[in-house]
Amino acid sequence: MQSEVTQGTPASETAPPILSVNNIEVIYDHVILVLKGVSLTVQRGGIVALLGANGAGKTTTLKAVSNLLKAERGDVTKGSIIFEGERVDQLSPADLVKRGCIQVMEGRHCFGHLTIEENLLTGAFTRRDGGAAIKRDMEMVYNYFPRLRQRMKSQAGYTSGGEQQMCAIGRALMSRPKMILLDEPSMGLAPQVIEEIFEIVKDLNAKEGVSFLLAEQNTNMALKYATYGYIMETGRIVMDGSAQSLRENEDVKEFYLGVSEGDKKSFREVKSYKRRKRWLA
Amino acid sequence: MLYNIFIDPFMQMGGAPDLLVQTLWEGLVSGVLYALIALGFVLIFKASGVFNFAQGIMVVFAALTLVGFHEKGVPAWIAVILTLGVMYVLALAVERVVLRPLVNQPDIILFMATFGLTYVLIGIGEFIFGGEPKQMITEQLFLPRGAIDVKMLGGRVTFQKLDIAAAVIATVMIGALAAFFQYTRIGRALRAVADSHKAALSVGISLNQIWAIVWFAAGIVALITGVMWGARSEVSFGLDIIALKALPVLILGGFTSIPGAIVGGLIIGIGEKIAEFYWGPLVGGGIENWIAYVIALGFLMVRPQGLFGDKIIERI
Repeated sequence: MQSEVTQGTPASETAPPILSVNNIEVIYDHVILVLKGVSLTVQRGGIVALLGANGAGKTTTLKAVSNLLKAERGDVTKGSIIFEGERVDQLSPADLVKRGCIQVMEGRHCFGHLTIEENLLTGAFTRRDGGAAIKRDMEMVYNYFPRLRQRMKSQAGYTSGGEQQMCAIGRALMSRPKMILLDEPSMGLAPQVIEEIFEIVKDLNAKEGVSFLLAEQNTNMALKYATYGYIMETGRIVMDGSAQSLRENEDVKEFYLGVSEGDKKSFREVKSYKRRKRWLA
Repeated sequence: MLYNIFIDPFMQMGGAPDLLVQTLWEGLVSGVLYALIALGFVLIFKASGVFNFAQGIMVVFAALTLVGFHEKGVPAWIAVILTLGVMYVLALAVERVVLRPLVNQPDIILFMATFGLTYVLIGIGEFIFGGEPKQMITEQLFLPRGAIDVKMLGGRVTFQKLDIAAAVIATVMIGALAAFFQYTRIGRALRAVADSHKAALSVGISLNQIWAIVWFAAGIVALITGVMWGARSEVSFGLDIIALKALPVLILGGFTSIPGAIVGGLIIGIGEKIAEFYWGPLVGGGIENWIAYVIALGFLMVRPQGLFGDKIIERI
């Protein structure tokens, strides 16, 4: 139905991916094993969706990449993460932001006491290219999110959920990222607002060339905008494929999209995906 | 009895307004100094969630370092710069040795760490500068001496020039800090960190850098406080007891609010001087030493988050 859906199968691409996560294992507090060998690839300019139920490990995967994990006593104990051809799993979040990889956290986390404008300015904290360039980018953010321009002087804590999500994405854009790790942008938002935000994400992807790794529970929405998708279950990737192939997959329809044509299936049939051996890096 | 408590003091205030003004002024001046100490606490508490027990000793340490450098024959203004350098090194060391290894530990552990820091600073201070009290180098720092007598309200009110200078310097510094917080890139980052550590981390603000900066800012505040307190009495380790006065100030103003620290400081300062002067004779004096805690206790019952605090205090 959309032409861009067909592109972006990792194996067939020849250009090096912007991000590749190779068989990582994440342990919290030295004891709790959360990710059990997760591998995924994001092609330059792609929108990749990371799908799955609550607690599947989507957020942990994103935080492993952005390295916010350390602040929650999590550790990548195996595997490697390569961003722009370099290993980044030991870098600080600030170093990653400087290299162009930034996370927009689940639940938005705007600075509530700062105005929208100040929130956007903090996004440019790591930049050293001067006030004029930052101002230009502010203008760009306001053009993508006209609603933020109207609210620029209000404290972020008093804006609506949708505006806060826009503020969080806008703030991330201010760091001039090559890639945004977007965690659950649809959380707690009205369907119309979700659509608005996803449209802007698509726009940013097309016009600014920002790659996205998108963790979502809203499978339907995510597969509509993504080019490629991975499905996670209890710390493992159980299935992956182009967005179109996932949309048409019977099991995905049954368990994640909530539509099924045949008889009701049981989870046992889906378990076979888990047993399929994933590529080991 | 009731007359003595509820009516007579106010009659006295009305009867001798010049004395009232004098008392208010004295209260104001000590209030400003309390506010400065509380400000040091608030800066660190906001940015790192640590209740820095060592703030009081940092005041003494900064003042001792300044006097110590001067005793070695360093000109006063160079001594100030060197002392700032020492406070900067101290901030970096605290961040590296105390905060960074303990990141994500429960608050009480960080609080205990600042306890430890207190004794380390006392130890270093006594080792280098000796234990005996020292005189603050007021003249060399161009702090005015003497007093101005103003005839007003049918009497004479005495303003110590030093107190006026203290009030002015404190006001300027608070203004400068507020402007720094409001308008600079680092100031914005500090506020962002105070709002949410995680979100600040996610936009690439380095918490380590920010912590070093706030500890340095608290060090500057400590130095100025130390000079002012030292000039009024003397520089000794006994001075850190005033740090305890910051506690009621913080309870009153709120642990996370800079305006709260200032207003709280002024209320405590003025409150205790007025109480001492007008109600002190009823109980044989000494009210000044404990009234602040009584006010704070009353406040805890009515408004535990303080006048300007944005959340319930849960950290100590």
